[in-house]
Amino acid sequence: MRVPLWKIAHARSGDKADRADIGLFAWDAPTYAVLKREVTPERVAAHFRELCQGPVELWPLDNLLALKIVLNRALQGGAARSLRMDNLGKVVAAQLLRMEIEAPADLPRLRAS
Amino acid sequence: MKSVRVGAGLGFYGDSWRPVRASIERGGVHYIASDHLSELTLAILQKDRQKDASAGYARDGLPMLAELWPLAAKHGVKFILNAGGLNPQGAREAIARTFRDKGWKATIATVSGDSVIEHLDALRAAGEPLAHMDTGAGLDTVRSRMLFANAYLGAQPIVRALEQGADIVLTGRVADAALSLAPLVYELGWQWDDWDKLALGLTVGHLLECSGQGSGGNFGSAAEWADIPDYAHLGYPIAEVGADASALFSKAPGTGGRISFDTLRQQLLYEVHNPHAYFSPDVVLDMGTLNFDDQGNDRVRLTGARGAARPATLKIVGGYHDGWMGTGIIGFSWPQAYAKCEKAAATIKTLVAERGWPIEETNIEYIGYNSLLGAQADPTYRDQLNECFLRMTIRTQERKVADAYGRLFPWLGLSGPPYVGSMKGVQSAKELLGIWPTLVRRELVEAKIEIAVEKV
Repeated sequence: MRVPLWKIAHARSGDKADRADIGLFAWDAPTYAVLKREVTPERVAAHFRELCQGPVELWPLDNLLALKIVLNRALQGGAARSLRMDNLGKVVAAQLLRMEIEAPADLPRLRAS
Repeated sequence: MKSVRVGAGLGFYGDSWRPVRASIERGGVHYIASDHLSELTLAILQKDRQKDASAGYARDGLPMLAELWPLAAKHGVKFILNAGGLNPQGAREAIARTFRDKGWKATIATVSGDSVIEHLDALRAAGEPLAHMDTGAGLDTVRSRMLFANAYLGAQPIVRALEQGADIVLTGRVADAALSLAPLVYELGWQWDDWDKLALGLTVGHLLECSGQGSGGNFGSAAEWADIPDYAHLGYPIAEVGADASALFSKAPGTGGRISFDTLRQQLLYEVHNPHAYFSPDVVLDMGTLNFDDQGNDRVRLTGARGAARPATLKIVGGYHDGWMGTGIIGFSWPQAYAKCEKAAATIKTLVAERGWPIEETNIEYIGYNSLLGAQADPTYRDQLNECFLRMTIRTQERKVADAYGRLFPWLGLSGPPYVGSMKGVQSAKELLGIWPTLVRRELVEAKIEIAVEKV
């Protein structure tokens, strides 16, 4: 079934120069296995095609049940020259949580709403 | 077995020091590591210094110490803070003056030498290209517009200041985590090539450097943020490190917030690029072997830190003038709030075109609809919004254009679409800054580091 990430994961984002970076975290190991399989750099790049002008990098961290995602050239050159309301990219994590992936219906911490 | 407890101080210039009191009173800390400088805070301090040569330091260091020092002195707590900004000596003089007035005693040290703005040409003459780390662009493209340039120093000069008896160490730009790593090295006698121990200290510093964000603040989640207890009294994180190469994270008893595997791992990956090579001046950390044992009751033990040898270079971050931003904001209520914002935006664009202003870029956002979520905003209710604010921003090289832009908007209140309820003044031009990260051979910077100690 199609599941938005906010129903199964949590996330925080920040900025460094012209990069927005996101930590995406599963609540449990079965969900982490799904994230690791389904959340690929290509899919993240497609989700952020309006925001991110450079390549997307992604590192899975099994010890943290987490994916580290970096969006290059995503902040209009950097927070202090950005014209955006969210110049620091703090909300980019929430934007990622709206991405949908294919996931089994029986994940342990799947939220209904 | 000896152990050291380090507590988080501030996480940015303007953060609250109130939670630090609980860490000193009830958290058993020996050191407070306080981070006052985000990537571009130095731009603010540079403007302060242009107006007044005795300024240029973070102005919240002094009131924090003025409030907490009597308590800290009673408990034997030392402060390490980068509130020196561009002028650590000026910060020390201001603090020393206050301490003398109050009859307080302290040994205050400064670490300086991080500012390289005066040495950029000498560094290039010594063979450093100082090209942009990410884009490869040459420094000449921005050299004349550079406002500040500071190297991120490591923990070594802070340790030297502690060795000279400092109770308070004021630095300029240092790696944020060095503020915590230094007291661990000093107290536990770590060697500068014991990479795994330094990696543990770097991890501790990274988890403390954003104050409440390490203990449940800004817990990015769909709904679980509401389970974080008592934001009003959120306790900043505290780390205890002993001889066994582990760190125990906690917070002061009776405070709000949460220390857990979830809150700590959110902070661990915050503003990190490659997690297998997290660079600092003192060690390179691999986060892939860290292990967090959540013991419940706001206690988490960290083990497994692995480090690799420190880099031969230091990172410099410079900031350069990059034009001006003009801003206009106007809000409309139902009915058709969004459509009226769109009409207002089109009207402003017409006015600007007729004036022929040299505008390089226009950014349009609808507050209440998409100003934070951007392309991910859900359009379902766009045409039924109760209210919506139009925010337009422009990039221009001309300050007077950026100033004039905001003044276009109030006119809409009487001559544009109906039900405007938000005219609360006009925003003036804001200077935009480009960021210039680059690398430099460390010995060229480290040769100029100075440590000064004053007994008050």
